[in-house]
Amino acid sequence: MSTDSKHSASVPNPSPLLDVRDLEVAFATEAGTVRAVDGVSFELAAGEVLAVVGESGSGKSVTAMTLMGLTRSPNAHFAGSAWFRGTDLVSASGEELRTIRGAEIAMVFQDPLTSLNPVMRIGAQVIEQIRAHADLPGASARERAIELLERVGIPSPRERIDAYPFELSGGMRQRVMIALALSCDPSILIADEPTTALDVTIQAQILERIRELREQTGAAVILVTHDLGVVAEIADRVAVMYAGRIVEQGTLDEIFHDPQHPYTWGLLGSITRVDRDRPERLPAIAGLPPSLADRPEGCHFRPRCPHAFDACTKVPSLERRGGASAGHVDRCWLDAARKRAVRSVGGQIGLAPSP
Amino acid sequence: MGRFTVRRLLQMVLVMFAVSVLTFLIFNVIPGGDPAVRMAGKTSNDSTIAAIREEWGFDEPVPVQYVVTMRKVFTGDLVSYTTQLPVLDEIVMGIPRTLSLAIGAAILWMVVAVAFGLYGAMRAGAFGDRLITVLALVGISMPVFWVGALMNYYLGFKAGLFPNGGYVELTESPLDWAYHLVMPWTALALLFIGIYSRILRSNLLDTMNEDYVRTARAKGLSERRILIRHVLRTSMIPFVTLWGLDFGLVVGGGAILTETVFDLQGVGQYAADSIELLDVPPVLAVVMLAAFLIVALNAVVDILYAVLDPRIRITG
Repeated sequence: MSTDSKHSASVPNPSPLLDVRDLEVAFATEAGTVRAVDGVSFELAAGEVLAVVGESGSGKSVTAMTLMGLTRSPNAHFAGSAWFRGTDLVSASGEELRTIRGAEIAMVFQDPLTSLNPVMRIGAQVIEQIRAHADLPGASARERAIELLERVGIPSPRERIDAYPFELSGGMRQRVMIALALSCDPSILIADEPTTALDVTIQAQILERIRELREQTGAAVILVTHDLGVVAEIADRVAVMYAGRIVEQGTLDEIFHDPQHPYTWGLLGSITRVDRDRPERLPAIAGLPPSLADRPEGCHFRPRCPHAFDACTKVPSLERRGGASAGHVDRCWLDAARKRAVRSVGGQIGLAPSP
Repeated sequence: MGRFTVRRLLQMVLVMFAVSVLTFLIFNVIPGGDPAVRMAGKTSNDSTIAAIREEWGFDEPVPVQYVVTMRKVFTGDLVSYTTQLPVLDEIVMGIPRTLSLAIGAAILWMVVAVAFGLYGAMRAGAFGDRLITVLALVGISMPVFWVGALMNYYLGFKAGLFPNGGYVELTESPLDWAYHLVMPWTALALLFIGIYSRILRSNLLDTMNEDYVRTARAKGLSERRILIRHVLRTSMIPFVTLWGLDFGLVVGGGAILTETVFDLQGVGQYAADSIELLDVPPVLAVVMLAAFLIVALNAVVDILYAVLDPRIRITG
């Protein structure tokens, strides 16, 4: 793993809330070693919303779950560190981690239909979490649970607290998941594709809710998603992941208006826009992401990249190349001027079709 | 709930009618099934047989005989063809014995199977888990009459640790009652422990991969609480169904072998003896009792199911 010297210089806040360094996660499988996360480094400041973007299998969910210790298993191998308030989340003992997760770092999962226990009342599931971290009598925990359900926008929470998950709609269940995550006032909220399983209007409501709650509680948010529309709504900073690595990272503005990596261009080019003419075919990035058990040498995006050249057989480190600010870093060997020239496809940012 | 009860009662009547007709017909058509010939004894002649036939109503058409017998079943007047003792008395004597055996064994196999299942799931693949797997297979493979005989010989006769068969009333001496039942309970439970611990282990392992268990872990609950509150509870649902059905089976005569090996004189042993003598009235009574119990326990299991899993509602 290469350590980039420029990275530490790009830190806006001298002591970030969460400092992830060279995180590696690999799983031993029958098909070989799957390197799900390969040298991911990022920092998260208090109150900040970081979006981690990438397609399925890019390692974004594994990164998020590793911070919670949820990927630990006998066939998993970890390296690197993730420092949070004096604890390394990667090497912490199960008991240390248990006191942090749910209390200081909480997570909202993708599928609210399966992520709640089907045979337990939702109130009991919230109360259980509150009492796991605070020595509170049952009645006050119940009052706190009602207050939480109200805060996430569940109507008549006093009655709904005794409902079972199957009695609630998908959007309501995701609100319960958010109430669960917020129950101990965490300083970091990790949301793993929180709106993917929901329809568009509910998506907007849930995002609005996350944004409001973040303003109220001041919690930092790591939002894992493949949906750039969601990112544009809510993120302060964006990390783009591809095949287990961060390929570009910057502020929301930088990523959307001055993207440096061809993969980011491809992602941006594949968004349909209501303010433009409808294309005949939705643009897509040609080819498929590589298997994580057998990745190409050098830049992992090389086989799908129309701009690949000789230098791409070596791994580019994540550093400031053409970005306007020190925090805008990427992994692409192309010259900054050339990037600006080739990323414009038909008057907007996109990835040119393969030659 | 009202419709549920009515439906189950109708079902019960139907099942009991069907099994009684079947049992009655089987004993009418099998060779040597004519009760008059056997009641008359070895030195009989045609006239005594004819007299018995007339006295007991065996000369009537089969449907009439069926109705007459069934009436006796419900008035409690049924009499054995061989011993000529009232069937009701025998069953009333046998039920506490059979129930003592079944309840004790069912509790034993449930408790041990849950312990083994939990251990196996938590240490899946480890030595202890493999050992339990082997023991479970051994338990499933050993026939109860053989295990029972070995226990009787080695633990009872040779070592003198336990009494060789027999039964003491619970009201007489609870300690002696349990002392006499230790071996029968163990012998009967062995098979079920094997099956149940395997089923629970795989249920637990499946449940551990559920998303809501991951949520429970993300909430910062202790592993112990996750296992008991989130994993075990849902894994127990199919388990309880099975338990209810097997319990009904054991009470309804399924413990024939265990009762016979340990000479408990329960309902199962009574049925076994009567079948050997082609004695229709006791067999009919026991079969109907079994049918009743199985349908009734099925209903209890359905209610339990709804209690354990709130997604299930009892409707007609």
